[in-house]
Amino acid sequence: MRPEVALPILIPLMAGATSLLFWRLRLAQRLLAVGGTGALLLTSLWLLHSVSRDGILVMQMGDWPAPFGISLVADLFGAIMVVLTGIIGFAVALYSLATIGRGHEAFGYFPLMHLLLAGVAGAFLTGDIFNLYVWFEVMLVASFALLILGSEKAQMEGAIKYVTLNLLSSVIFLSAVGLLYGMVGTLNMADIAQRLSQVEESGMIDVLAVMFMVAFGIKAAAFPLFFWLPASYHTPPVAVSALFAGLLTKVGVYALFRVFTLIFHQNPGYTHEILVWGAGLTMLSGVLGAAAQYEFRRILSFHIVSQIGYMILGLALFTPLALIGGVFYIMHHIIVKTNLFLVSGFVNRLRGSYDLKKLGGLYRTHPWLAILFLIPALSLAGMPPLSGFFAKFIVIRAGIEAEAYGVTFIALLVGLLTLYSMIKIWAEVFWKSPPEPGENEPELAPVSQREMWQLYAPIVGLALCTVFIGLNGQPIYELASASADQLLDPTRYIDAVMSDSGEVAP
Amino acid sequence: MVKSGTLILSVAARLLMPLQLLFSLFLLLRGHDEPGGGFIAGLVAAGAFALYLFAYGLTATRAMLRVSPRDLVGLGLFLGVLSTLPAWWNDQAFFTAQWWTIPLIDYKFSTPLIFDIGVYLVVLGSVLTAVVALVENDPD
Repeated sequence: MRPEVALPILIPLMAGATSLLFWRLRLAQRLLAVGGTGALLLTSLWLLHSVSRDGILVMQMGDWPAPFGISLVADLFGAIMVVLTGIIGFAVALYSLATIGRGHEAFGYFPLMHLLLAGVAGAFLTGDIFNLYVWFEVMLVASFALLILGSEKAQMEGAIKYVTLNLLSSVIFLSAVGLLYGMVGTLNMADIAQRLSQVEESGMIDVLAVMFMVAFGIKAAAFPLFFWLPASYHTPPVAVSALFAGLLTKVGVYALFRVFTLIFHQNPGYTHEILVWGAGLTMLSGVLGAAAQYEFRRILSFHIVSQIGYMILGLALFTPLALIGGVFYIMHHIIVKTNLFLVSGFVNRLRGSYDLKKLGGLYRTHPWLAILFLIPALSLAGMPPLSGFFAKFIVIRAGIEAEAYGVTFIALLVGLLTLYSMIKIWAEVFWKSPPEPGENEPELAPVSQREMWQLYAPIVGLALCTVFIGLNGQPIYELASASADQLLDPTRYIDAVMSDSGEVAP
Repeated sequence: MVKSGTLILSVAARLLMPLQLLFSLFLLLRGHDEPGGGFIAGLVAAGAFALYLFAYGLTATRAMLRVSPRDLVGLGLFLGVLSTLPAWWNDQAFFTAQWWTIPLIDYKFSTPLIFDIGVYLVVLGSVLTAVVALVENDPD
C-alpha cells in the first residue's frame, strides 16, 4: 500500500471539508489554506520521489482489482503534474491571504480552492476514464463557483461563455466514453488500451479519437474553440485567475497527452496530423489575439492559448524528443504563467488598474517588482538562460528533426511575437512615465508591510523556480525524458495497472 | 416570507415531518445492500424540512434545525473523507471497507455506513442551503 498515490487527492479534500466546517472562523480557514496546500506540495514531492525510484505506482481504490474498480496510477508524467499542482496551490494560497477580500472568504473561497486542487490532482492521478470525467466535473463546478465569486456583471458574462463551452466539452467527452465502453466493455484506461488493439473496426476508433480530441481540446483552449478563455480569465479576483491560468487548461493538455499516448496511438498519421495543424493555429491565433489587447490579464490570457499550441505540438509530432519538449514545456509554462498573473495582481494592488494605458512608471517606484516581472516574461518569450528557452528549444529542434518546417516556422514566429507582447507590457506598465491622474480616481489604501510579504513571497518563489529550471536544464531534461519514455511505451503503464490486480487480464 | 397559514398544510406538516425523518433514517441504515442509501435518505429528510419551512416559515425552521445547513455540508464532507482513512491503518488501499461488529447489540458497523452518513448530511445540507437562500431572496 503506497499512501502517497492517493494523498494528493485526499489532502485537499480533507482541507476543503475542514475549512467548510470552520466557515465562521476566518483565521482557521487561512491557516488551513496554507497548511493544506503546503501538505499537498510535500506529499506530491514524496510521490515524485517514489515514482522516480520505483517506477509506476498503482493503488486499487477500495481493494477492487483492476479493471473492475477504480485504479489510481502515478507514472512520472502524472507525478510531475501533481508536483506542479502543489507548487501552484501553495503559491496561490499564500497570495490569496493578501488579495482575497473578506466578502469572498465568507462565500467560501478557500473550500472551493481546495476542491479545485483536489479535482486537478484527481485528474492527474486517475487511471479510469470515467473517473477522469468525474474529476473534470469536480474541477468545473469548483471553477465555476470561483469564477462568479463576487457576482459582478463582467464575471457573469465571462462565466456564461466559460460554462457553456466547458459543458459542451463534457457532453462530448461523456458520449465518447459511452461509445468506447460499448466497444470494449471496460473503463479502465490500461484495459481499454489493451483491448482496443484487438478491435477490428479502425474507422470507429478514429471517430472516437477525434471526439476525445475535441473534448479535451476545448478544455485545453486549443484552436478553434478557445474563445471562452480570454473572455473569462480576466474577470475573477486575481488569485483565482492565477490558479486557473496555471492549472485548468493544462489538465486538458494532460488528458490529451494521456489519451493519445496510451489509447489512441494506432493511427498517428491521421490523428496526430490534425493535432499538428491544431497546434500551429492555436499558437498563431493566441498570439495575434494578444497583440490587439491593452488589458494586462487579457494579454496574458491570450498568451495561455498560444502557449498551449507548443505543448500540443510536442504531442502531435510524436517523436521521443517532441514528447520531452511537451512535458518540459508544461513544467515551465505552469510556473511562469501563474507568476505573470500574480505580478499583474500586484500591479493592480499598487495602481488600481489592469489597463495598460492607465499604468506607467512602476520601474521608478518598484524596481524589484519590475525585475520580478521580467524573469517570467522573458522566460515566456524564450530568452536564455531562463526555463522557456530550453522548453522552446527542445520543441523546435524536435520540429526540425521531424521535418515539420511549416509548423516550426510558426513556433519561431510566435516566440518573436510573444517577446513583442511582453515588451509592450514592460514598456507600458514599468517604463513609460505615468499618465496624468484623472479627476476622480479612488485613493488606494497603502500596502502594509505584512501584505507586501504575502504578495512578494509567492512571486519570488515562482521566479526562483523559473531560474532554477533554466539553470538546471540537464536534470529537468532527464526527468522529462524519463517521463516521455514511459509515455511512449504504454505497455509499462498497462502492466503496472493490470498486474497489480493479482490476476491476468482476459 | 411566504407563510401559507392554511390549516391543512400546517397540521399535515407537523404530522408528516417525524414520519419522513424516520423513513429517511430507515433508508439510510438499510442502504448498503438494498435500495436506499445516503443520497436518497438525505433527499427525503430535506423534503421533510422543506415542507416544514413552507408551513411555518424560515424562523421556525431555523429554530428547529439549530445548526446552519452549511455546517451540515461541512460535517458531511468531513465524515465522507474520514471514512476512507481507517483502511490505511490496516495497510489496505483507501476506501477499502472496514467492518466492526458492536458486541452487545450485534450490530455491524462499517466505514461504508460512515460514508453514507456523510452523503446524507451533504445532501440534506446542500438542499436546505439552496432552499433557504431562495426563501431569503423572496422580497415578501
